[in-house]
Amino acid sequence: MSLIAADHICVRYGETEVLHDVTLSIAPGEIVTILGPNGSGKSTLLRALLGIVPVAEGRVTRADGLRLGYVPQRLHIDRSMPLTVRRFLSLPVRVADAAAETALDRVGMTGFGARQMTDLSGGQMQRALLARALLANPQLLVLDEPTQGLDQPGEAGFYRLIEAVRQDTGAAVLMVSHDLHVVMAASDRVICLNGHICCEGTPRVVSSAPEYRALFGLGTQGALALYQHDHDHDHDHARDHHARDHHAHDRHDHDRHEHDHA
Amino acid sequence: MLDDFLVRAGLAGVGLSLATGPLGAFVVWRRMAYFGDATAHAAILGVALALATDLPIVAGTLVVALAMAVTVATLAARGWAMDTTLGVLAHSALAFGLVAVSFFPGVRTDLSAYLFGDILAVSRADLMLVWGGALAVAALIAWRWQRLLTATLSEDLAHAAGIRPQRERMVLVLALAVVVAVSLKVVGALLIAALLIIPAAAARGLARNPEAMALMATLIGAAAAMAGLALSLWQDTPAGPSIIVAAAVLFAASASLGRMRG
Repeated sequence: MSLIAADHICVRYGETEVLHDVTLSIAPGEIVTILGPNGSGKSTLLRALLGIVPVAEGRVTRADGLRLGYVPQRLHIDRSMPLTVRRFLSLPVRVADAAAETALDRVGMTGFGARQMTDLSGGQMQRALLARALLANPQLLVLDEPTQGLDQPGEAGFYRLIEAVRQDTGAAVLMVSHDLHVVMAASDRVICLNGHICCEGTPRVVSSAPEYRALFGLGTQGALALYQHDHDHDHDHARDHHARDHHAHDRHDHDRHEHDHA
Repeated sequence: MLDDFLVRAGLAGVGLSLATGPLGAFVVWRRMAYFGDATAHAAILGVALALATDLPIVAGTLVVALAMAVTVATLAARGWAMDTTLGVLAHSALAFGLVAVSFFPGVRTDLSAYLFGDILAVSRADLMLVWGGALAVAALIAWRWQRLLTATLSEDLAHAAGIRPQRERMVLVLALAVVVAVSLKVVGALLIAALLIIPAAAARGLARNPEAMALMATLIGAAAAMAGLALSLWQDTPAGPSIIVAAAVLFAASASLGRMRG
Protein backbone atom coordinates (compact mmCIF):
# COMPACT_ATOMS: atom_id res chain seq x y z
CA MET A 1 0.00 0.00 0.00
CA SER A 2 1.56 3.26 -1.07
CA LEU A 3 1.24 6.48 0.92
CA ILE A 4 0.88 8.70 -2.07
CA ALA A 5 0.87 7.95 -5.78
CA ALA A 6 0.77 9.80 -9.05
CA ASP A 7 -0.82 7.99 -11.96
CA HIS A 8 0.23 9.26 -15.39
CA ILE A 9 -0.03 12.91 -14.39
CA CYS A 10 0.57 15.87 -16.69
CA VAL A 11 0.87 19.43 -15.41
CA ARG A 12 0.59 22.46 -17.65
CA TYR A 13 1.21 26.12 -17.02
CA GLY A 14 -0.75 27.77 -19.76
CA GLU A 15 0.45 26.27 -23.02
CA THR A 16 3.63 24.71 -21.74
CA GLU A 17 3.64 21.22 -20.37
CA VAL A 18 5.88 21.12 -17.33
CA LEU A 19 5.32 17.51 -16.39
CA HIS A 20 4.51 14.79 -18.87
CA ASP A 21 3.12 11.38 -17.99
CA VAL A 22 4.69 11.00 -14.56
CA THR A 23 3.89 7.89 -12.55
CA LEU A 24 5.36 7.22 -9.13
CA SER A 25 4.41 5.98 -5.72
CA ILE A 26 5.94 6.27 -2.28
CA ALA A 27 5.96 3.29 0.08
CA PRO A 28 5.96 3.63 3.87
CA GLY A 29 9.37 4.33 5.38
CA GLU A 30 11.42 4.84 2.21
CA ILE A 31 13.51 7.88 1.32
CA VAL A 32 12.91 8.92 -2.24
CA THR A 33 14.75 11.78 -3.89
CA ILE A 34 13.66 13.53 -7.03
CA LEU A 35 16.69 14.71 -8.90
CA GLY A 36 16.85 16.96 -11.89
CA PRO A 37 18.29 20.17 -13.31
CA ASN A 38 16.72 23.57 -12.79
CA GLY A 39 13.39 23.81 -14.55
CA SER A 40 12.96 20.05 -14.81
CA GLY A 41 9.67 20.19 -12.91
CA LYS A 42 10.90 18.86 -9.55
CA SER A 43 9.12 21.40 -7.44
CA THR A 44 6.08 21.22 -9.68
CA LEU A 45 5.90 17.48 -9.15
CA LEU A 46 5.91 17.94 -5.38
CA ARG A 47 3.35 20.69 -5.63
CA ALA A 48 1.11 18.51 -7.80
CA LEU A 49 1.38 15.68 -5.27
CA LEU A 50 0.44 18.08 -2.49
CA GLY A 51 -2.49 19.48 -4.45
CA ILE A 52 -1.00 22.96 -4.73
CA VAL A 53 -1.04 22.92 -8.51
CA PRO A 54 -3.80 21.11 -10.40
CA VAL A 55 -2.98 18.19 -12.67
CA ALA A 56 -4.19 18.49 -16.25
CA GLU A 57 -4.29 14.75 -16.78
CA GLY A 58 -3.94 11.66 -14.65
CA ARG A 59 -4.59 11.54 -10.94
CA VAL A 60 -2.93 11.77 -7.55
CA THR A 61 -4.09 9.40 -4.83
CA ARG A 62 -3.31 9.57 -1.13
CA ALA A 63 -3.71 6.84 1.44
CA ASP A 64 -6.79 7.43 3.57
CA GLY A 65 -6.07 9.86 6.39
CA LEU A 66 -2.46 10.33 5.31
CA ARG A 67 -0.55 12.47 7.79
CA LEU A 68 1.76 14.65 5.80
CA GLY A 69 4.48 17.05 6.84
CA TYR A 70 5.65 19.61 4.30
CA VAL A 71 8.85 21.65 4.38
CA PRO A 72 8.82 24.20 1.55
CA GLN A 73 11.89 25.44 -0.27
CA ARG A 74 11.82 28.47 1.95
CA LEU A 75 9.33 30.56 3.81
CA HIS A 76 9.26 34.30 3.54
CA ILE A 77 7.49 35.88 6.48
CA ASP A 78 6.46 39.47 6.05
CA ARG A 79 7.86 41.64 8.82
CA SER A 80 4.43 43.11 9.32
CA MET A 81 3.37 39.89 11.02
CA PRO A 82 4.71 39.31 14.53
CA LEU A 83 5.14 35.58 15.02
CA THR A 84 7.20 33.66 17.55
CA VAL A 85 8.62 30.25 16.75
CA ARG A 86 6.32 28.74 19.38
CA ARG A 87 3.24 30.30 17.80
CA PHE A 88 4.36 29.19 14.35
CA LEU A 89 4.49 25.58 15.52
CA SER A 90 0.78 25.85 16.37
CA LEU A 91 -0.22 26.52 12.75
CA PRO A 92 -2.57 25.29 11.50
CA VAL A 93 -3.13 22.86 14.38
CA ARG A 94 -2.60 24.05 17.93
CA VAL A 95 -0.11 21.87 19.79
CA ALA A 96 0.67 21.53 23.49
CA ASP A 97 3.73 23.27 24.92
CA ALA A 98 5.37 19.93 25.74
CA ALA A 99 4.99 18.70 22.15
CA ALA A 100 6.35 21.97 20.80
CA GLU A 101 9.39 21.75 23.07
CA THR A 102 10.04 18.16 22.06
CA ALA A 103 9.88 19.11 18.39
CA LEU A 104 12.30 22.01 18.91
CA ASP A 105 14.67 19.72 20.83
CA ARG A 106 14.47 17.22 17.99
CA VAL A 107 15.70 19.71 15.42
CA GLY A 108 18.33 21.21 17.69
CA MET A 109 16.49 24.43 18.46
CA THR A 110 15.96 24.05 22.17
CA GLY A 111 14.95 27.34 23.74
CA PHE A 112 14.10 29.11 20.47
CA GLY A 113 10.35 29.19 21.15
CA ALA A 114 10.23 32.86 22.10
CA ARG A 115 12.24 34.08 19.09
CA GLN A 116 10.56 35.95 16.29
CA MET A 117 10.43 33.93 13.05
CA THR A 118 11.74 36.91 11.10
CA ASP A 119 14.90 36.92 13.26
CA LEU A 120 15.90 33.35 12.38
CA SER A 121 18.81 32.56 10.09
CA GLY A 122 18.20 30.48 6.97
CA GLY A 123 19.23 27.25 8.65
CA GLN A 124 17.19 27.96 11.77
CA MET A 125 14.18 28.74 9.62
CA GLN A 126 14.48 25.38 7.84
CA ARG A 127 14.75 23.64 11.21
CA ALA A 128 11.70 25.46 12.51
CA LEU A 129 9.82 24.38 9.38
CA LEU A 130 10.93 20.81 9.96
CA ALA A 131 9.88 20.95 13.62
CA ARG A 132 6.45 22.15 12.55
CA ALA A 133 6.17 19.39 9.97
CA LEU A 134 7.15 16.78 12.59
CA LEU A 135 4.38 17.94 14.93
CA ALA A 136 1.85 16.52 12.48
CA ASN A 137 3.39 13.14 13.37
CA PRO A 138 3.73 12.56 9.64
CA GLN A 139 3.76 9.25 7.79
CA LEU A 140 5.26 11.15 4.89
CA LEU A 141 7.64 14.09 5.02
CA VAL A 142 7.83 16.15 1.85
CA LEU A 143 10.85 18.43 1.50
CA ASP A 144 11.45 20.79 -1.40
CA GLU A 145 15.17 21.51 -1.65
CA PRO A 146 15.22 22.01 2.09
CA THR A 147 18.87 23.01 2.28
CA GLN A 148 18.84 25.80 -0.23
CA GLY A 149 20.76 28.70 1.18
CA LEU A 150 22.54 26.63 3.81
CA ASP A 151 26.30 26.29 3.88
CA GLN A 152 27.81 22.83 3.48
CA PRO A 153 28.09 21.87 7.16
CA GLY A 154 24.53 23.14 7.63
CA GLU A 155 23.39 21.08 4.70
CA ALA A 156 25.08 17.90 5.88
CA GLY A 157 23.66 18.43 9.35
CA PHE A 158 20.18 18.90 7.97
CA TYR A 159 20.29 15.65 6.01
CA ARG A 160 21.64 13.76 9.03
CA LEU A 161 18.66 15.12 10.88
CA ILE A 162 16.26 13.86 8.22
CA GLU A 163 17.83 10.43 8.34
CA ALA A 164 17.55 10.38 12.15
CA VAL A 165 13.92 11.42 11.95
CA ARG A 166 13.23 8.58 9.56
CA GLN A 167 14.85 6.14 11.95
CA ASP A 168 12.94 7.47 14.95
CA THR A 169 9.52 7.85 13.42
CA GLY A 170 9.53 5.51 10.44
CA ALA A 171 8.21 8.33 8.26
CA ALA A 172 8.73 8.06 4.54
CA VAL A 173 10.63 10.98 3.05
CA LEU A 174 10.09 12.46 -0.39
CA MET A 175 12.49 15.22 -1.25
CA VAL A 176 13.72 17.26 -4.12
CA SER A 177 17.34 18.03 -4.64
CA HIS A 178 19.84 18.98 -7.22
CA ASP A 179 22.73 18.02 -5.04
CA LEU A 180 24.18 14.79 -6.37
CA HIS A 181 26.47 13.96 -3.45
CA VAL A 182 23.76 14.11 -0.86
CA VAL A 183 21.26 12.23 -2.94
CA MET A 184 23.58 9.38 -3.69
CA ALA A 185 24.42 8.90 -0.04
CA ALA A 186 21.07 9.32 1.59
CA SER A 187 18.33 7.86 -0.60
CA ASP A 188 16.73 4.46 -0.97
CA ARG A 189 15.47 5.40 -4.38
CA VAL A 190 16.24 8.17 -6.83
CA ILE A 191 13.91 9.48 -9.49
CA CYS A 192 15.62 11.36 -12.23
CA LEU A 193 13.30 13.96 -13.67
CA ASN A 194 13.41 16.18 -16.69
CA GLY A 195 9.82 17.01 -17.55
CA HIS A 196 9.20 13.29 -17.45
CA ILE A 197 10.84 10.50 -15.46
CA CYS A 198 14.10 9.74 -17.24
CA CYS A 199 15.08 6.87 -15.01
CA GLU A 200 14.64 5.66 -11.48
CA GLY A 201 16.01 3.09 -9.10
CA THR A 202 18.56 2.76 -6.33
CA PRO A 203 21.24 5.44 -6.36
CA ARG A 204 23.72 2.92 -7.74
CA VAL A 205 21.46 1.86 -10.61
CA VAL A 206 20.53 5.42 -11.48
CA SER A 207 24.08 6.73 -11.44
CA SER A 208 25.06 4.23 -14.11
CA ALA A 209 21.97 4.73 -16.26
CA PRO A 210 22.67 6.36 -19.62
CA GLU A 211 19.74 8.79 -19.16
CA TYR A 212 21.19 9.97 -15.93
CA ARG A 213 24.64 10.35 -17.41
CA ALA A 214 23.21 12.29 -20.30
CA LEU A 215 21.40 14.60 -17.94
CA PHE A 216 24.22 15.27 -15.54
CA GLY A 217 27.35 14.74 -17.58
CA LEU A 218 29.71 11.82 -17.34
CA GLY A 219 32.51 11.48 -14.87
CA THR A 220 32.27 14.95 -13.44
CA GLN A 221 30.21 15.66 -10.38
CA GLY A 222 28.92 18.73 -8.67
CA ALA A 223 27.80 22.08 -9.83
CA LEU A 224 29.61 22.27 -13.16
CA ALA A 225 28.14 19.02 -14.40
CA LEU A 226 24.72 20.18 -13.35
CA TYR A 227 24.95 23.38 -15.23
CA GLN A 228 26.34 21.97 -18.41
CA HIS A 229 23.69 19.46 -19.28
CA ASP A 230 21.43 21.79 -21.22
CA HIS A 231 24.15 22.87 -23.55
CA ASP A 232 25.82 19.67 -24.55
CA HIS A 233 22.81 17.56 -25.20
CA ASP A 234 19.36 17.88 -26.58
CA HIS A 235 17.32 15.82 -24.28
CA ASP A 236 13.68 15.70 -25.28
CA HIS A 237 12.12 18.68 -23.51
CA ALA A 238 15.28 20.29 -22.38
CA ARG A 239 15.03 23.24 -24.76
CA ASP A 240 11.70 24.43 -23.48
CA HIS A 241 12.66 24.33 -19.88
CA HIS A 242 14.02 27.80 -19.75
CA ALA A 243 10.66 29.16 -20.77
CA ARG A 244 8.64 27.04 -18.42
CA ASP A 245 10.85 27.62 -15.43
CA HIS A 246 8.51 29.10 -12.88
CA HIS A 247 10.84 29.90 -10.02
CA ALA A 248 12.28 33.34 -10.32
CA HIS A 249 15.50 32.44 -8.59
CA ASP A 250 15.92 29.32 -10.71
CA ARG A 251 15.52 31.41 -13.79
CA HIS A 252 18.03 33.82 -12.44
CA ASP A 253 20.52 31.01 -11.91
CA HIS A 254 19.98 29.81 -15.40
CA ASP A 255 20.39 33.22 -16.91
CA ARG A 256 23.59 33.80 -15.10
CA HIS A 257 24.91 30.49 -16.12
CA GLU A 258 24.04 31.03 -19.74
CA HIS A 259 26.00 34.23 -19.68
CA ASP A 260 28.94 32.37 -18.24
CA HIS A 261 28.90 30.03 -21.17
CA ALA A 262 28.20 32.64 -23.81
CA MET B 1 -28.60 56.59 27.98
CA LEU B 2 -28.67 55.70 24.30
CA ASP B 3 -30.65 58.86 23.75
CA ASP B 4 -27.49 60.87 23.97
CA PHE B 5 -25.97 61.31 20.52
CA LEU B 6 -22.46 61.34 21.97
CA VAL B 7 -22.94 58.00 23.68
CA ARG B 8 -24.26 56.52 20.46
CA ALA B 9 -21.32 57.92 18.54
CA GLY B 10 -18.85 56.50 21.05
CA LEU B 11 -20.50 53.10 21.01
CA ALA B 12 -20.48 53.09 17.22
CA GLY B 13 -16.75 53.81 17.15
CA VAL B 14 -15.94 51.16 19.74
CA GLY B 15 -18.20 48.58 18.10
CA LEU B 16 -16.63 49.16 14.73
CA SER B 17 -13.13 48.64 16.09
CA LEU B 18 -14.10 45.08 17.11
CA ALA B 19 -14.12 44.31 13.39
CA THR B 20 -11.51 46.73 12.09
CA GLY B 21 -8.87 45.55 14.58
CA PRO B 22 -8.57 41.90 13.50
CA LEU B 23 -9.51 42.60 9.87
CA GLY B 24 -7.03 45.48 9.74
CA ALA B 25 -4.30 43.14 10.92
CA PHE B 26 -4.97 40.86 7.96
CA VAL B 27 -5.09 43.85 5.61
CA VAL B 28 -1.60 44.81 6.82
CA TRP B 29 -0.16 41.27 6.79
CA ARG B 30 -1.48 40.56 3.32
CA ARG B 31 -0.61 44.01 1.97
CA MET B 32 -4.19 44.69 1.04
CA ALA B 33 -4.16 48.42 1.81
CA TYR B 34 -5.04 49.51 -1.70
CA PHE B 35 -7.55 46.72 -1.86
CA GLY B 36 -9.31 48.22 1.16
CA ASP B 37 -9.26 51.60 -0.52
CA ALA B 38 -10.84 50.33 -3.72
CA THR B 39 -13.57 48.53 -1.81
CA ALA B 40 -14.29 51.52 0.41
CA HIS B 41 -14.39 53.96 -2.49
CA ALA B 42 -16.88 51.72 -4.24
CA ALA B 43 -19.22 52.42 -1.34
CA ILE B 44 -20.10 55.81 -2.86
CA LEU B 45 -21.27 54.00 -5.96
CA GLY B 46 -23.31 51.84 -3.59
CA VAL B 47 -24.96 54.94 -2.17
CA ALA B 48 -26.02 55.95 -5.68
CA LEU B 49 -27.33 52.46 -6.34
CA ALA B 50 -29.33 52.52 -3.12
CA LEU B 51 -30.84 55.90 -3.94
CA ALA B 52 -31.76 54.80 -7.45
CA THR B 53 -33.47 51.62 -6.29
CA ASP B 54 -34.90 52.74 -2.95
CA LEU B 55 -32.81 50.13 -1.17
CA PRO B 56 -31.44 50.96 2.26
CA ILE B 57 -28.04 52.68 1.93
CA VAL B 58 -26.30 49.86 3.77
CA ALA B 59 -27.66 47.25 1.34
CA GLY B 60 -26.51 49.26 -1.68
CA THR B 61 -23.02 49.75 -0.27
CA LEU B 62 -22.77 46.10 0.76
CA VAL B 63 -23.66 44.89 -2.73
CA VAL B 64 -21.30 47.23 -4.55
CA ALA B 65 -18.44 46.81 -2.07
CA LEU B 66 -18.78 43.05 -2.33
CA ALA B 67 -18.81 43.22 -6.13
CA MET B 68 -15.71 45.41 -6.11
CA ALA B 69 -13.89 43.22 -3.57
CA VAL B 70 -14.66 40.02 -5.48
CA THR B 71 -13.56 41.64 -8.75
CA VAL B 72 -10.27 42.78 -7.28
CA ALA B 73 -9.62 39.44 -5.57
CA THR B 74 -10.32 37.59 -8.81
CA LEU B 75 -8.03 39.84 -10.84
CA ALA B 76 -5.30 39.45 -8.21
CA ALA B 77 -5.62 35.67 -8.35
CA ARG B 78 -5.16 35.84 -12.13
CA GLY B 79 -1.92 37.70 -11.67
CA TRP B 80 -2.90 41.17 -12.82
CA ALA B 81 -0.53 43.99 -11.89
CA MET B 82 -2.37 45.06 -8.79
CA ASP B 83 -0.78 48.44 -8.29
CA THR B 84 -2.19 49.79 -11.54
CA THR B 85 -5.40 47.77 -11.47
CA LEU B 86 -6.31 48.97 -8.01
CA GLY B 87 -5.35 52.52 -8.88
CA VAL B 88 -7.76 52.41 -11.79
CA LEU B 89 -10.56 50.67 -9.93
CA ALA B 90 -10.35 52.62 -6.68
CA HIS B 91 -10.45 56.04 -8.22
CA SER B 92 -12.89 55.11 -10.95
CA ALA B 93 -15.31 53.72 -8.38
CA LEU B 94 -15.09 56.92 -6.40
CA ALA B 95 -15.50 59.15 -9.45
CA PHE B 96 -18.38 57.15 -10.88
CA GLY B 97 -20.01 57.16 -7.48
CA LEU B 98 -19.71 60.92 -7.10
CA VAL B 99 -21.07 61.53 -10.59
CA ALA B 100 -23.93 59.07 -10.07
CA VAL B 101 -24.86 60.54 -6.70
CA SER B 102 -25.01 64.03 -8.19
CA PHE B 103 -28.10 62.97 -10.16
CA PHE B 104 -30.04 62.86 -6.91
CA PRO B 105 -30.63 66.52 -6.01
CA GLY B 106 -31.24 65.98 -2.30
CA VAL B 107 -27.96 64.19 -1.77
CA ARG B 108 -25.58 66.85 -2.99
CA THR B 109 -25.90 68.72 0.22
CA ASP B 110 -25.02 65.82 2.50
CA LEU B 111 -22.50 64.18 0.20
CA SER B 112 -19.80 64.96 2.70
CA ALA B 113 -21.57 62.69 5.18
CA TYR B 114 -20.87 59.76 2.86
CA LEU B 115 -17.34 60.85 2.13
CA PHE B 116 -16.28 61.70 5.67
CA GLY B 117 -18.91 60.02 7.82
CA ASP B 118 -21.42 61.51 10.17
CA ILE B 119 -20.81 59.64 13.38
CA LEU B 120 -22.54 62.25 15.51
CA ALA B 121 -25.78 61.55 13.64
CA VAL B 122 -25.70 57.79 14.29
CA SER B 123 -29.21 56.62 15.17
CA ARG B 124 -30.18 53.68 17.32
CA ALA B 125 -30.85 51.68 14.18
CA ASP B 126 -27.43 52.63 12.81
CA LEU B 127 -25.87 51.56 16.06
CA MET B 128 -27.53 48.14 15.88
CA LEU B 129 -26.26 47.81 12.33
CA VAL B 130 -22.69 48.74 13.24
CA TRP B 131 -22.58 46.35 16.19
CA GLY B 132 -24.36 43.59 14.31
CA GLY B 133 -21.99 43.84 11.35
CA ALA B 134 -18.87 44.24 13.48
CA LEU B 135 -19.71 41.30 15.73
CA ALA B 136 -20.49 39.14 12.69
CA VAL B 137 -17.13 40.00 11.13
CA ALA B 138 -15.27 39.45 14.41
CA ALA B 139 -16.98 36.09 14.87
CA LEU B 140 -16.22 35.05 11.29
CA ILE B 141 -12.55 35.90 11.70
CA ALA B 142 -12.34 34.21 15.11
CA TRP B 143 -13.95 31.07 13.74
CA ARG B 144 -11.48 30.77 10.86
CA TRP B 145 -8.51 32.30 12.69
CA GLN B 146 -6.08 29.38 12.40
CA ARG B 147 -6.89 28.78 8.76
CA LEU B 148 -6.72 32.48 7.90
CA LEU B 149 -3.35 32.81 9.61
CA THR B 150 -1.91 29.74 7.89
CA ALA B 151 -3.14 30.85 4.48
CA THR B 152 -1.74 34.33 5.08
CA LEU B 153 1.63 32.97 6.15
CA SER B 154 2.01 30.68 3.15
CA GLU B 155 -0.50 29.42 0.64
CA ASP B 156 1.67 26.36 0.07
CA LEU B 157 1.70 25.41 3.74
CA ALA B 158 -2.05 25.91 3.79
CA HIS B 159 -2.57 23.69 0.76
CA ALA B 160 -0.40 20.96 2.23
CA ALA B 161 -2.52 21.06 5.39
CA GLY B 162 -5.73 20.70 3.40
CA ILE B 163 -6.71 24.38 3.73
CA ARG B 164 -7.95 26.13 0.61
CA PRO B 165 -6.34 29.59 0.46
CA GLN B 166 -8.85 30.84 -2.12
CA ARG B 167 -11.68 30.21 0.31
CA GLU B 168 -9.88 32.03 3.13
CA ARG B 169 -9.23 34.95 0.81
CA MET B 170 -12.94 35.12 0.07
CA VAL B 171 -13.69 35.11 3.80
CA LEU B 172 -11.59 38.26 4.15
CA VAL B 173 -13.17 39.80 1.07
CA LEU B 174 -16.63 39.25 2.52
CA ALA B 175 -15.56 40.63 5.89
CA LEU B 176 -14.12 43.70 4.19
CA ALA B 177 -17.34 44.38 2.28
CA VAL B 178 -19.41 44.12 5.48
CA VAL B 179 -17.06 46.46 7.33
CA VAL B 180 -17.22 49.00 4.52
CA ALA B 181 -21.02 48.87 4.47
CA VAL B 182 -21.46 49.38 8.20
CA SER B 183 -18.69 51.92 8.70
CA LEU B 184 -19.70 54.30 5.90
CA LYS B 185 -21.80 56.28 8.37
CA VAL B 186 -19.03 56.35 10.98
CA VAL B 187 -15.91 57.45 9.11
CA GLY B 188 -17.02 57.79 5.48
CA ALA B 189 -15.83 56.17 2.27
CA LEU B 190 -12.56 58.07 2.04
CA LEU B 191 -11.23 57.04 5.43
CA ILE B 192 -12.49 53.50 6.02
CA ALA B 193 -9.23 52.00 4.80
CA ALA B 194 -7.34 54.27 7.20
CA LEU B 195 -9.37 52.90 10.09
CA LEU B 196 -8.28 49.42 9.04
CA ILE B 197 -4.61 50.11 8.43
CA ILE B 198 -3.48 52.73 10.94
CA PRO B 199 -4.48 50.98 14.20
CA ALA B 200 -3.05 47.68 12.94
CA ALA B 201 0.19 49.37 11.91
CA ALA B 202 0.36 51.07 15.31
CA ALA B 203 -0.15 47.69 17.01
CA ARG B 204 2.66 45.99 15.08
CA GLY B 205 5.51 47.29 17.19
CA LEU B 206 3.72 46.44 20.42
CA ALA B 207 2.96 42.80 19.65
CA ARG B 208 4.94 39.56 19.52
CA ASN B 209 2.16 37.37 18.17
CA PRO B 210 -0.70 37.73 15.68
CA GLU B 211 -3.37 37.53 18.39
CA ALA B 212 -1.73 40.29 20.39
CA MET B 213 -1.51 42.48 17.30
CA ALA B 214 -5.19 42.03 16.46
CA LEU B 215 -6.16 42.78 20.06
CA MET B 216 -3.93 45.85 20.26
CA ALA B 217 -5.31 47.08 16.93
CA THR B 218 -8.82 46.79 18.36
CA LEU B 219 -7.89 48.73 21.49
CA ILE B 220 -6.07 51.41 19.53
CA GLY B 221 -9.00 51.70 17.13
CA ALA B 222 -11.43 52.14 20.03
CA ALA B 223 -9.17 54.68 21.73
CA ALA B 224 -8.84 56.61 18.46
CA ALA B 225 -12.62 56.68 18.09
CA MET B 226 -13.07 58.12 21.58
CA ALA B 227 -10.24 60.62 21.22
CA GLY B 228 -11.45 61.66 17.78
CA LEU B 229 -14.94 62.24 19.09
CA ALA B 230 -13.59 64.36 21.91
CA LEU B 231 -11.58 66.43 19.46
CA SER B 232 -14.60 66.80 17.22
CA LEU B 233 -16.75 67.95 20.11
CA TRP B 234 -14.33 70.51 21.52
CA GLN B 235 -12.96 71.94 18.33
CA ASP B 236 -16.01 71.41 16.13
CA THR B 237 -13.95 69.41 13.62
CA PRO B 238 -15.47 66.77 11.31
CA ALA B 239 -15.76 63.56 13.33
CA GLY B 240 -14.51 60.98 10.80
CA PRO B 241 -11.24 62.76 9.98
CA SER B 242 -10.78 63.56 13.68
CA ILE B 243 -10.86 59.84 14.49
CA ILE B 244 -8.22 59.14 11.86
CA VAL B 245 -6.11 62.03 13.17
CA ALA B 246 -6.26 60.46 16.64
CA ALA B 247 -5.30 57.07 15.16
CA ALA B 248 -2.36 58.67 13.35
CA VAL B 249 -1.15 60.29 16.58
CA LEU B 250 -1.35 56.90 18.33
CA PHE B 251 0.59 55.38 15.45
CA ALA B 252 3.32 57.99 15.80
CA ALA B 253 3.47 57.38 19.56
CA SER B 254 3.71 53.63 19.05
CA ALA B 255 6.38 54.00 16.38
CA SER B 256 8.57 56.21 18.55
CA LEU B 257 8.03 53.87 21.51
CA GLY B 258 9.19 51.00 19.32
CA ARG B 259 12.24 52.97 18.22
CA MET B 260 13.22 53.78 21.81
CA ARG B 261 12.94 50.09 22.69
CA GLY B 262 14.54 48.70 19.61
